[in-house]
Amino acid sequence: MIDLQPHLPILQVVIPLLGSLLTAFIRRGTLSWLVTLIVTWTLPFIAVALFLQVQAAGAPIYYKLGNWEAPFGIVYKVDVLSAFMLCLVSGAAAVIMPFARKSVASEIDSHQQSWYYTMYLLCLAGLLGIIITNDAFNAFVFLEVSSLSTYVLIALGRHRRALVASYQYLIMGTIGATLYIIGVGLLYLLTGSLNFDDIAARLTSDLVWPLEPLLAALAFIFVGLSLKLALFPLHVWLPNAYAYAPSFATVFLAGTATKVAIYLLVRVMFEVFGVALTFDRLPVAEILIVLSVAAMFIASFSAVFEDNAKRMLAYSSVAQIGYITLGIGLFNQAGLTGAFAHVANHAVMKTALFLALGAAFYRIGSVRFSDLEGIGRRMPLTMGALVIAGIGLMGTPGTAGFISKWYLAMGALEAGSWLLVFLIVASSLISVIYVGKLVEVMWLRAPSPAAAEAKEAPLSMLVPLLLLAAATIYLGFDTRLTVDIGNQIATLLLGGLK
Amino acid sequence: MKLDLVLRVGTKILLPFILVFALYVQFHGDYGPGGGFQAGVIAAGMVILYAIIFGVNKAKHIVPQALVEAMIPLGVLIYAGTGTVSLLLGYNYLDYTGFAGDFLRAHEWGILIVELGVLVTVSGTMIAMFYAFAERGR
Repeated sequence: MIDLQPHLPILQVVIPLLGSLLTAFIRRGTLSWLVTLIVTWTLPFIAVALFLQVQAAGAPIYYKLGNWEAPFGIVYKVDVLSAFMLCLVSGAAAVIMPFARKSVASEIDSHQQSWYYTMYLLCLAGLLGIIITNDAFNAFVFLEVSSLSTYVLIALGRHRRALVASYQYLIMGTIGATLYIIGVGLLYLLTGSLNFDDIAARLTSDLVWPLEPLLAALAFIFVGLSLKLALFPLHVWLPNAYAYAPSFATVFLAGTATKVAIYLLVRVMFEVFGVALTFDRLPVAEILIVLSVAAMFIASFSAVFEDNAKRMLAYSSVAQIGYITLGIGLFNQAGLTGAFAHVANHAVMKTALFLALGAAFYRIGSVRFSDLEGIGRRMPLTMGALVIAGIGLMGTPGTAGFISKWYLAMGALEAGSWLLVFLIVASSLISVIYVGKLVEVMWLRAPSPAAAEAKEAPLSMLVPLLLLAAATIYLGFDTRLTVDIGNQIATLLLGGLK
Repeated sequence: MKLDLVLRVGTKILLPFILVFALYVQFHGDYGPGGGFQAGVIAAGMVILYAIIFGVNKAKHIVPQALVEAMIPLGVLIYAGTGTVSLLLGYNYLDYTGFAGDFLRAHEWGILIVELGVLVTVSGTMIAMFYAFAERGR
């Protein structure tokens, strides 16, 4: 028997890729779902094994594809940051799989269901690939793999506007990816390397680099990835894409896709260009903080005035991404800890919220507020879980959301800005309004005609939902998984400063 | 289409040469310019030319829709499968060293197989895209 231990990094990407091929050949909805289930439930074990391996070694793990030495060949690199992201994305993909079967069966035409799982696994392989690769161009390829499959996942929504939303995302996403590759091209022309570590080493060597193309490369990559991660005001594709995509696609993308773009941006800013170049030469920090605060307020206000629950939560996602980028813009220990704690916490909470709406959509076929009235009394468990996740989103003490906002506020204090602390708290109050609106509509009003006939969601949808709702509470008390690891990541990223 | 004698005969003469050229580009990919992608496009071009001159229905007799849809994942499977085989032989992913006793020969084989996968997927995708556009409005 071959020892698979050294090959775990590649298996993390190849297993979903092979799984997607298998589903493309099977062409039977339920059987494809089973294959996808097995594949996605294998991946978190690999991710956790990699994480433990990294923790034990205390140094990054490298994997040479085709045994070509870096920087000539593509090398995969797993450090604390990428291992954390691998666990998060593969975990999110695994948890929601039980939900997928009935949701996909009810929303996707039967002859397309198998393709749908193909696209899902391909997207997952792309996202995991972006996280694990240490090669700028390879990251671009994986970015395209995940994006192209995402466009399909969104376009298959039942609503006719899903096509338009997908097309809008396609244009914006392609512009983003193009800007990223222009930046990578400039870097390659300058340094002659595509390997992240190698570029970083060359940039910090004694050679004198022309500053202008370097800053142009940084600017291109920053704007390109900001488009992908839906940084305000480049977020306009996101609300429609999330609102009109099939429930399962929304559930998956809300927890993973934007987070992976954030990860790539952090990797490039901190590890390739380095803190000195990124934050001293260009006002990246100031831009990030201003746009983040704008996102926290303007997107939250947009959420308040939405009458479609999915769109409302999509705007809320833009606002929550603002918190994460705020922590990155602060670039101090507590801020980065908060940012990465929020990456995990927001993934848990938003996935739970969209799962609950997906279950409601499965029962009544709509997520408009007028149809959701009074549904809490008919689906108490589903909507109870939604309330818990919603409370977490507001940042109430005792939930996951509080922990990350606490550290973000600490980061703002560390940066000496009371104003930012005030703004974090004030924007949380707006989320109280829109979550409160959701709760009021669902629990306090008389059931609408559609909601009156709804039953509790099926068990396969309830289990992942309740699991994530429990995690929202659990992560509010046990912060080892989020804050401690976030702290390690912050130390790793700020290593260049000391 | 009955009157386009020159086009039809000309196409019939051209088709085998296009295929041979595709295979030339394919197998010379490791020595000269070319490789699986270019060869796949040329091979798909042959089918598309045939479909333009003789109609999509006749083209689908030769290259059925189901075959095209199977070719797309099959090529990726050949590629990813090659990597998996090298894993099973105890080497890194896509390290072809285990395919033959001689290091260079092993790598030559490995690249040929991988490029074959590229050819299959690219030509399948090209033909599928052409079919999809040709079918619109029918």
